[in-house]
Amino acid sequence: MSIDNEIGAPRCVVGRRQLIAQLRTVLPPHCLLIEEEELRPYECDGLTAYRQLPSLVALPENEAQAQAALEICAALNAPVVPRGAATGLSGGAMPHRDGVVVSLAKLKRIVKLDPLARTAVVQPGVRNLAVSEAAAPYGLYYAPDPSSQIACTIGGNVAENSGGVHCLKYGLTVHNVLRVRGLTVDGEIVEFGNAALDAPGYDLLALMNGSEGMLALITEVTVKLTPKPELAQVVLASFDEVTKAGDAVAGIIAAGIIPAGLEMMDKKATHAVEPYVNAGYDMDAEAILLCESDGTPEEVAEEIARMKAVLEHSGASGIRVSQNEAERLKFWAGRKAAFPAVGRITPDYLCMDGTIPRKNLARMLVAIAEMEVRYGLRCANVFHAGDGNLHPLIMYDANVPGQLDLATAFGAEILELSVELGGTITGEHGVGIEKIGQMCAQFSPDELDLFRRLKRAFDPGGLLNPGKAIPAAARCREYRLTRGAAPLAGSVR
Amino acid sequence: MSGHGASSLAHWAERIRAAAAGRSHLRLRGGGSKDFYGCGPDAGNPDTLGTRDYAGIVAYEPTELVVTARCGTPLAELEAVLAEQGQSLAFEPPHFGSEATVGGCVAAGLSGPRRAQAGALRDFVLGVKMLDGNGDLLTFGGQVMKNVAGYDVPRLLAGSLGTLGLIAEVSLKVLPLPVAEHTLRFELAQQEALDLLNRWGGRPLPISASAWRGDALHVRFSGAAAAVGAAANSLVGLGGQPVAAAEASAFWHSLREQTHAFFAGDAPLWRLAVPSTTPVLAVDGMRSDAQLVEWGGAQRWLRGEGDHAAAIRALATEAGGHATLFRGDAATRASSGAFQPLSAPLLRLHRNLKAAFDPRGVFNPGRLYPEF
Ligand SMILES: Cc1cc2nc3c(=O)[nH]c(=O)nc-3n(C[C@H](O)[C@H](O)[C@H](O)COP(=O)(O)OP(=O)(O)OC[C@H]3O[C@@H](n4cnc5c(N)ncnc54)[C@H](O)[C@@H]3O)c2cc1C
Repeated sequence: MSIDNEIGAPRCVVGRRQLIAQLRTVLPPHCLLIEEEELRPYECDGLTAYRQLPSLVALPENEAQAQAALEICAALNAPVVPRGAATGLSGGAMPHRDGVVVSLAKLKRIVKLDPLARTAVVQPGVRNLAVSEAAAPYGLYYAPDPSSQIACTIGGNVAENSGGVHCLKYGLTVHNVLRVRGLTVDGEIVEFGNAALDAPGYDLLALMNGSEGMLALITEVTVKLTPKPELAQVVLASFDEVTKAGDAVAGIIAAGIIPAGLEMMDKKATHAVEPYVNAGYDMDAEAILLCESDGTPEEVAEEIARMKAVLEHSGASGIRVSQNEAERLKFWAGRKAAFPAVGRITPDYLCMDGTIPRKNLARMLVAIAEMEVRYGLRCANVFHAGDGNLHPLIMYDANVPGQLDLATAFGAEILELSVELGGTITGEHGVGIEKIGQMCAQFSPDELDLFRRLKRAFDPGGLLNPGKAIPAAARCREYRLTRGAAPLAGSVR
Repeated sequence: MSGHGASSLAHWAERIRAAAAGRSHLRLRGGGSKDFYGCGPDAGNPDTLGTRDYAGIVAYEPTELVVTARCGTPLAELEAVLAEQGQSLAFEPPHFGSEATVGGCVAAGLSGPRRAQAGALRDFVLGVKMLDGNGDLLTFGGQVMKNVAGYDVPRLLAGSLGTLGLIAEVSLKVLPLPVAEHTLRFELAQQEALDLLNRWGGRPLPISASAWRGDALHVRFSGAAAAVGAAANSLVGLGGQPVAAAEASAFWHSLREQTHAFFAGDAPLWRLAVPSTTPVLAVDGMRSDAQLVEWGGAQRWLRGEGDHAAAIRALATEAGGHATLFRGDAATRASSGAFQPLSAPLLRLHRNLKAAFDPRGVFNPGRLYPEF
């Protein structure tokens, strides 16, 4: 798949030698990687099916070095690809052939933690979990908790607007960030948001969230910290039919309950997970739900009773409530380890990320089961059911000729069905390079054109993470021809 | 309704194209309840494009926690429909008059007493259908809770005061109404109130609103009956007096709609957004008691005659926030600007964005900043 014709991908190739010479003047020797064996670890992110060696890798140790490096790249017209921990699942941090990967891995200091104001100022390379660990002594934590939280960075979280299993109640990254400091493509320092709850002018802070490293290089983030609830308990419910589990999800919300987490796994997922983490899941169930309540002990008792009533009414075949914190964490451990667990039972897998209205969960599951037969590939389903965000894990073997293409087509069909069911191709993993084709299905040519204009407002030369997220007009024309269909956009949304 | 709707969108698109071609301007206006907000809405001598006729709730499914409404829908009507299903707009947007429309509410981007707990208006915007400055009808976001396909245009439009495009339709996340509410009143000086609010903020208490004014702090708890009761009980020991439900509800409503006595009169009204821990603010030449504190200390209202713009803005900046001349006569708004001036790089980005959405500068010139 060629990315050369995407928006703003520079046409003239930069003199690599000149780039190296200039970057050496602003970066210490150990912060500039040049040799192929040093570059190799940077050739992909979590979407390992797509690989590309970068021209160079820069690892600035502070904002000033990052700024100087950006200025040089801008002057020499070299593409810049920001990179955090590279756990991204859509190829957002995949390098550009002629570009410099700017890794923020060395910017990993928690600059300030203010327990009274409940905020933390952190560098972009700080790991998500490290923020909560630093806040824990004050009874606080950073609420968004992607399953990759041990590894992924705050910079990456902002760039993807990442979610977690608790974002139904506590919000996504965009809801938990007060300020983003960054560098424009030509190295100018900008601040989006501030230490208060809002900022004057356009909400550029919101715009930075989910911008996939295409609008600015993030160098510092102020996050909101949340008081730890006194108590959390999770209900583990089993169902003998996936459709019943899907209906139970709608039932919980209909009862006016906003659970702290509401997750679903199908049998293929639980069977991958159980031998790996011994979470105690019901192996006979076609689907399980994890439904969490948190708050004061009184509140939790009241809410758990209401949750149990709805789950029973929806035909749950078994219900267990975590009796202590260890058991609660054990129930969650299975869910949080779902991706690596599936990774153990298949050579390769593709993780989809469509989001649909909750009422269509059961319909989607039935459709995926039919696709498994048609494509001859297995698919385990792990859902952030509470917000309708699906993670079908399509299993394949890259060494079997044709299987990657089959898996890709399988995934594309799920995404297109997501759009058709009133949803979106990506809830939290981003478009990156993986879903760039499906952007043509979700958006009309005029809408995509506005995205391109917006991008140019920040980055007229198209040097920041070129080839990602926003497809070129030519790609969409081709997409529509090969799909033989009019764009879905407008008619279904 | 839909036939009529489609024709008004087509008609608006034509007007926008004509204005763009003729280099003239359009002033977008819903019910006019927020005419006072922002700077000179009349800059550039615009024609008014009223949105009230394009009204109605397009889709509402309580179990999806989403409502989609056309821009001209009265905000009061929308909230009444939600209330029938036991749901609400959790950010408690101010109406500032019965004419307030949904489109104007989103374009103004204002949030009410519950903001510190529930989030701001922009946090609830899931999708928009809009007309840009070329008259193209565009859809961004959608009806689902999580959506990162493309840039977050819906949230960018929240609070853009109609300068980027005409919001034709919007999808908002809704939440169940709290089962129980309880308000306590404490006699405290402002600094004591700020200290307490910040300490309480670090505890998992269901505080859904707070307001300090004239030596009294009101704190509202919302949520499950058990939680509200337990939280209120735990604070009664500090001298909190329960406020009767009707009185409490009227009090919070008077803050949300600025009908409280504090907001009466013509003296300029300043809104400062600052970190909640910012100590009591003092402006030379302004009465120190002419203040009202909300959002756990993060929103401070200041009143006073005279030109204090420079001092107030400097104070807000120093604290890490910003100041808005929320209400003031046209002359003061013209001389001081309604909103805190932007840094040079931010102003450049604002201008570029304005040009990306509205290349001919058709919409609401000068409403946000005099520069565009
Ligand atoms: C096992 C597993 C589980 C996961 N679970 C979840 C989950 O529950 N929820 C979820 O939302 N995601 C999940 N993810 C996806 C991924 O972890 C998130 O997208 C995460 O936010 C990426 O962070 P990162 O530091 O690894 O960023 P990277 O992968 O390095 O980069 C991601 C994007 O951000 C950009 N970027 C990175 N740093 C910066 C910066 N400083 N400035 C500007 N742009 C930058 C990159 O260019 C790229 O486009 C999971 C991934 C894995 C492997």
